[in-house]
Parts: sequence; structure tokens; C-alpha cells
Amino acid sequence: MDYNVIIDNLPLYLNGLWVTIQLVVIALVSGFGLAVPLALMAVSKTSLLRFPAKTYIYFFRGTPLLVQMFLLYYGMGQFEAVRESVLWILFKEAYWCAITAFALNTAGYTAEILRGAIEQTPFGETEAAQACGMSKSTMYRRIILPGSFRRALPAYGNEVIFMLHGSALAGVITIVDLFGAAKIVNARYFVPFESFITAGFFYLCCTFCIVWFFKWVEKHWYAHLRPRIS
Amino acid sequence: MFDLHGYFPMILEGMTLTIEVALLSLLIAVILGLFGAIAKLSKSRIARSIATVYTTLIRGIPDLVLMTIIFYGGQIIVNNIGDSLDWDYIDISPFVAGTLTIGFIFGAYMTETFRGGILAVSHGEIEAALAFGMPSWKVFLRITLPLMVRHALPGFGNNWMVLAKTTALVSVIGLHDMMYNAGVAGGATRQPFTFYLVVALLFLCITGLSDLGLRWANRRYSVGVRTV
Repeated sequence: MDYNVIIDNLPLYLNGLWVTIQLVVIALVSGFGLAVPLALMAVSKTSLLRFPAKTYIYFFRGTPLLVQMFLLYYGMGQFEAVRESVLWILFKEAYWCAITAFALNTAGYTAEILRGAIEQTPFGETEAAQACGMSKSTMYRRIILPGSFRRALPAYGNEVIFMLHGSALAGVITIVDLFGAAKIVNARYFVPFESFITAGFFYLCCTFCIVWFFKWVEKHWYAHLRPRIS
Repeated sequence: MFDLHGYFPMILEGMTLTIEVALLSLLIAVILGLFGAIAKLSKSRIARSIATVYTTLIRGIPDLVLMTIIFYGGQIIVNNIGDSLDWDYIDISPFVAGTLTIGFIFGAYMTETFRGGILAVSHGEIEAALAFGMPSWKVFLRITLPLMVRHALPGFGNNWMVLAKTTALVSVIGLHDMMYNAGVAGGATRQPFTFYLVVALLFLCITGLSDLGLRWANRRYSVGVRTV
């Protein structure tokens, strides 16, 4: 084991870590923004709204993230129309392809998590809201969605960790994220153990941070559910 | 709708390889998961801590990184052992590395699923078996294991679906699975989108069929369980 190579290349790894964080955060935020309307569509009683949302969720949860990313990165160039449109600015860059793929993917999973949480809303809560004369949109905004976010939190924490792990795929399409940095170090010095284990160590730290963060949030939001200590 | 220029058999060939990798690694994962669950629930502190380190490490590091560690690193270890023992050069094939890694990774997830399942088996059943004078391994094989299946099945199903999708990663370490073949075909015909879409649909077939199978198994193992 030769860890001098790693210490010399630490800036490369830290840069990679920064890129990984960017990828994950942008994908999660935009994915969540997409997931809320999708989940609302998926619980809708109108099949015209429900069907597209369910199909979207089924496709993105049923196929590997790698396939989705390759569809965008290698696949989009196949279409003349895409190459000549504004979208090409997005799809010719590996970085934005990866982010788009991650965001669409996590939107599918998050929508499914939220759908479950919305459907588990206690009937009494919506009944009470209706009895107060709330309109449907007020009821969703004030009663159903806040409660659902809270119920979805533990499952969403897992999804964030999966997104972090999935983001390693960006290294496959030339992006220098943590995994990409490890690949470069391995290619230059042929130290597979040291290079990839270092990346693994960074990922492990990130995972622990996420776990710790969600524990903290749960403690905050679930304060009313904690057993009372006398 | 799709003009595949005669590449479809090649994709299907890759699909058989994907399924082979998936099933073999599932086997490894189930065996590891059972041992892991037993270790996690055992009285020995060493066994418990080994299992805890195993599940924490595996679930904290991306599968792709683990796969490269085992693929490249395993080769170096084999070379070193081979050098000291005067073996011929042994090449670790991507198939072995991929299958072992995926099995190893999902063993950790299976450990948690099986642990939950074992804990859900009602204590009275085990007590009754012990009262009959069964040795503890017999209690495990005849009572705990069959009863655990029902509780572990939903988690097992989820793990299997994720595992099946993870097999796409073996193309990254050079295995000619359906992802890899689709890349070759897509490059040759300049229609990568079409071919990756075909792969996506084939993956949907795999997950869809497994879903049906798991529902059937769930019904079978829940016979006699009363639900609301």
C-alpha cells in the first residue's frame, strides 16, 4: 500500500468530492420539485392525470440508472431535432446529462415515496379540513402535503443515500467526480486498492453525514412522537 | 417501430448473461444474508460486530466503487498469492468479479431483511420447538427459517429488483452483458438511443415478471394469514 500517491492527489479527490456534492444536491432539489406534482398526479382520481404519472414512475423505477444516463448521454445525439434545438447545449455536456438523468431518476423514486405517504393520510385529517370548509388546494397545501412530507422522511433519507451512491455512475461518462478522480489516479499510477478505497472512504463519510442529518431532522420533526420521559 | 439491423439476437445473448449474473449473485447474496443474519442475532460479540461492520461498510459505499475495488484489487491479490505459490497467471474474469461483488453487496442488504424476518417470527413457536427437545440448528432449519420467509419476502423482493438493475454495472468492468452489447450495436448503427431503449424495455420485462412471481410467492406463503 502506497498512500503517498493519495496524499499527492488529495486536491483531485477534494475537487471530485465537490463535483459529487454538486451533482447530488442539484439532482435532489430538482428531482424533488418534479416529484411533488408527479405524486399529486399519481393519487389523482382522473385517469388522464394518473396514467402518465404511473407510467413515468414505473419506467424510472424499473430500469437501471445506468441505462437512463446512457439514453441521455449517448442516445440524445441520435436525433437531428435535439441536436439543432436549444436542448443540445444541455445534452452535449456529460455534466448536465448526468444531472438530468439523476434528477429524472430520483423524481420517480421520490414520487413513489410521496404517493405512499399521501395515501396514508389519516382520513380524519382530511375530513376535519373539509368540515372547516377548506378548498381542495388549501387542504393539500396545509394538511395533506406537510403531513406526507413528515411521513415520507425516513424513506426519503434512504433515497438520498441511494442518489449519492448512484452519482458514482457519473464517473463512467468522463465526469471527474469522486469515482472519476479515483479512476484517474488508478490509471496514472496503477494503484487500484489505494485509489478506489480512498474514494470509498469519502463516500462512506458522506453517507454517515446524510444518516446523521436525517436523524437530526427526524428528531426535530418527530418531537411530538417521542416517548415522554418523566 | 424499432429497426434493429439484425442486432436483436446479440442483445438477447447479453440478456441471458445479465440473468445468469443476477441469479448467481442472488444465490451468493442469500447465503451471505442468512449467515449475516444469524451472526447479527447471535450471542457472540465478535460475530455480531463482524456482521455490523460488513453491513455498514457495504451499505455506505457505492456498488460501482466496490465492484472496481474487487475487480482490480482482487486481481492484484490473486497475482501476489500466485507469485508466492508459483502458480500460473490467473486472470480474474469480469464475470466472476461482477457476480461475486453483486452477491457480496446484496448479502449485506439481505442480512438486514432476514434479520427483520427472523425477529418477526413469534417467540412461542421457537419456545415450543425447544420444548420438544429440538437442538437449536434444527429449530432454525425447521421452524424459524420457513416461518421467516413470509416476513422477509417483501424486503427480499425489493432487494432482488435492485439487484437485477445493478447487474447493468457489470458492463463497466467489461462484461458483455446486454448494456455492453447495446453500446456496441448502438455505435455500429449510430442509433444508441434505440438500443438503450430496447435494453430499458427488456429490464422492464425482467422487473415486471419478477413482480408477478413475487406476488404469487407472497400469496403462497401467506396462506392462512388473516388480513383485514
